[in-house]
Amino acid sequence: MCLAVPGRIIEMLGGGSDGEAAVGPVATVDFQGSRVEVSLAMSPEASVGQWVLVHAGFAIAVLDEDEARQTWEYLQASGIGEMPEQLKAGSDGGK
Amino acid sequence: MSVAASNENLRQLVSAVADAAAGARDMALMEICGTHTVCLFRSGVKSLMPTNVRLISGPGCPVCVTSCGYLDAACELAARKDVIIATYGDMVRVPGRTDSLEAARGRGAAVEVVYSARDAVKLARGNPGRNVVFLAVGFETTTPATAAAVIEAEAAGLKNLFILPGHKVLMPALEALLSADDSAIDGFLCPGHVSVILGAAAYRPIAQKYRKPCVVVGFEPANMLEGIGRLVRQVAASQAKVENAYGVAVTEGGNAQARAMIERVFEPAATEWRAMGSIPASGLALRGCYARFDARAKFGIEFGPDYEPPGCRCGEVIQGRIEPTACGLFGVKCSPTTPVGPCMVSSEGTCAAWYKYNRRSR
Amino acid sequence: MNDNNPAADEPGVTRAGRIVLAHGGGGELTRRLLAERILPKLANDLLAPLADSAVIDPPPGRLCMTTDAFVVQPLEFAGGDIGRLAVCGTVNDLAVMGAKPLALSLALVLEEGLDLDVLDRVMDSIAAAAAEAGVVVATGDTKVVEYHGAGGMTITTAGIAALPADMPPDAKTITAGDAVLVSGMIAEHGLAVMTARKGLGIRTTLVSDVAPLGGLVNAMLAAGGRVKFMRDPTRGGLAGLLTDLSEQIGRNIEIDEQAVPLSPAARHASELLGLDPLTVANEGKVVAVVAAADAEKVLAACRSHPLGRAAVIVGRIGQASDWPLVELLTAAGGRRIVQRPYGEELPRIC
Repeated sequence: MCLAVPGRIIEMLGGGSDGEAAVGPVATVDFQGSRVEVSLAMSPEASVGQWVLVHAGFAIAVLDEDEARQTWEYLQASGIGEMPEQLKAGSDGGK
Repeated sequence: MSVAASNENLRQLVSAVADAAAGARDMALMEICGTHTVCLFRSGVKSLMPTNVRLISGPGCPVCVTSCGYLDAACELAARKDVIIATYGDMVRVPGRTDSLEAARGRGAAVEVVYSARDAVKLARGNPGRNVVFLAVGFETTTPATAAAVIEAEAAGLKNLFILPGHKVLMPALEALLSADDSAIDGFLCPGHVSVILGAAAYRPIAQKYRKPCVVVGFEPANMLEGIGRLVRQVAASQAKVENAYGVAVTEGGNAQARAMIERVFEPAATEWRAMGSIPASGLALRGCYARFDARAKFGIEFGPDYEPPGCRCGEVIQGRIEPTACGLFGVKCSPTTPVGPCMVSSEGTCAAWYKYNRRSR
Repeated sequence: MNDNNPAADEPGVTRAGRIVLAHGGGGELTRRLLAERILPKLANDLLAPLADSAVIDPPPGRLCMTTDAFVVQPLEFAGGDIGRLAVCGTVNDLAVMGAKPLALSLALVLEEGLDLDVLDRVMDSIAAAAAEAGVVVATGDTKVVEYHGAGGMTITTAGIAALPADMPPDAKTITAGDAVLVSGMIAEHGLAVMTARKGLGIRTTLVSDVAPLGGLVNAMLAAGGRVKFMRDPTRGGLAGLLTDLSEQIGRNIEIDEQAVPLSPAARHASELLGLDPLTVANEGKVVAVVAAADAEKVLAACRSHPLGRAAVIVGRIGQASDWPLVELLTAAGGRRIVQRPYGEELPRIC
């Protein structure tokens, strides 16, 4: 029940893409090329450029850049992922 | 990190577990997260455990612990022409006593698989002439999402969104497992993403009361191995601390905002866990101010009694008392294509995972 | 019941822009549909007589024949559509036999209400894919059914091909140590189609790999190595194919997880959907079993072709067994069984 994946907020969408009232901000989150609309109801302080952990359409935690890098290091240590450009040491992926 | 370096790192973590277990007594470590069950198998970590460390799967699969009564009620609702069932994917194939959503869909019922509780709200908006019933199951990782959906529906004045409440609360189940007379659990691998919500500190009371170590663990092989290593070391040293091996995502205090949303919409209630009976305060009912969203009141239905098919030992499997191969039905009458009990149907069920990843003989 | 029937009035699209039942009646509308939207795109000598049956002059030797039905939803997705899928799917079933395609048949079942622009685009795709594959549509049929929410169109194709004397590869010669080769990145087609479904709200950069494989197969066979088995991993993915193979030859197969070619985008889309990429469909890949000594040679030939640049040896054939297993050597150094997926792999949340 716990598939949650780290992704990066690339755009705030206001109150929900269908324009109706929502419980909080909604954002577009990028996961290595896949883009999903995610509710920030549980992480209202999150902002564009930040890394979040997303489960079933909601950001359940904000990861700071160092934590996101650690998550990617785990993924790499497990031979599974490739660290996204934005997180490689010394490079600020630009906003 | 290069592939070679990461492989070396994994090998070291495996050795660390072996070192920690060397000379220690036999121990049983329970994980209570369906995703851990699957990840431990899929990553091969389960196959790398020393012989005195047994990893057992507890009631961590929310679909597996959803009672037959709930599923039968969902199927009854699905049969209504004015209802669209919105559900997470796993629920579709799980059999109740006599029926499943998959079978109902084959007979023309409207069953929509959604990725998020928000999609159920969107469905309700897009189908004003029909009632959308969202099957609200899952542990604390997922409950806040349902709470958010209910809050949103209320704010938008939606009259056609309902939930069939089935969320479960983790701690009471852990207590029930540990307080059983024949409990043989030596420590817990705590579910990473439920812990994002609850916080690592939430496990302190049971660690202290029952003197069992708890380590919060994520889902990647390296992290799972690290967490297992820490737990083995504690068990070997007879310690009972709470450790957080998933600090990238889990804090001591968890996500207070998410918990506040749950509190706002839900209140604790006794709930039936499939094959485990009723556990006090282990489920969540809608608070009075949100009672109108309860599909049972709206459609006049009740949850019937649970049902354990003859010969099915899912209850013992879920509580970690036996492994799937000890059940006489496993691989014979009960398989993923002809499942008898919930542990085999859900993709996160212990028996399904075992059958899929570990079945090495007839 | 016509609740959602697009043939009912919809702003912006007139009834004139959609298929109606009369298009399948065999009368004037049928004639016009064929003459204006279907036949011109397929024009070739075998089709031209428009007789009840096409006359084919086969070369000497045996023939291969295959058929497939295509019911994909949505009809159009990144990298292709049902038309391209229909041509490539059938052509590839022939190609992996080592056969040279001669002709295809094309049966369209159109649903009342289908947007004619969609039909036009699908026909264009069919024509383009057939040209790419070096094959013609020799005969066909078109029917129209009442609207029943089935998604607009289904296609059934059959294909025949000339089979050289030394084909198909003989799986009975497979032995322990033979190499298992995959021609490129897996899971792209299935993920591209799934993420194109509106309900999921996931937008990706993934593109279906649907492509005709005749050229790639020819390149691999021309390398002169002993290719003992070829198949394309469609429904059921790599897992389904390898499980079938292990049962067919009664041998274990061992795969190295880290060798399996999977793009980060596909890996993450799989995680988001809760799918195992090994079980996701591919429509432009070949899996081959090659004698160990010839593996590098065939691999190089595969990589020299545009469709095979990311080809990899992913594993080896193992010992004979009366309970053959496909085992994955995981990145963590452990082992786990790979099995065919059990029916429809629902997008999982969990």
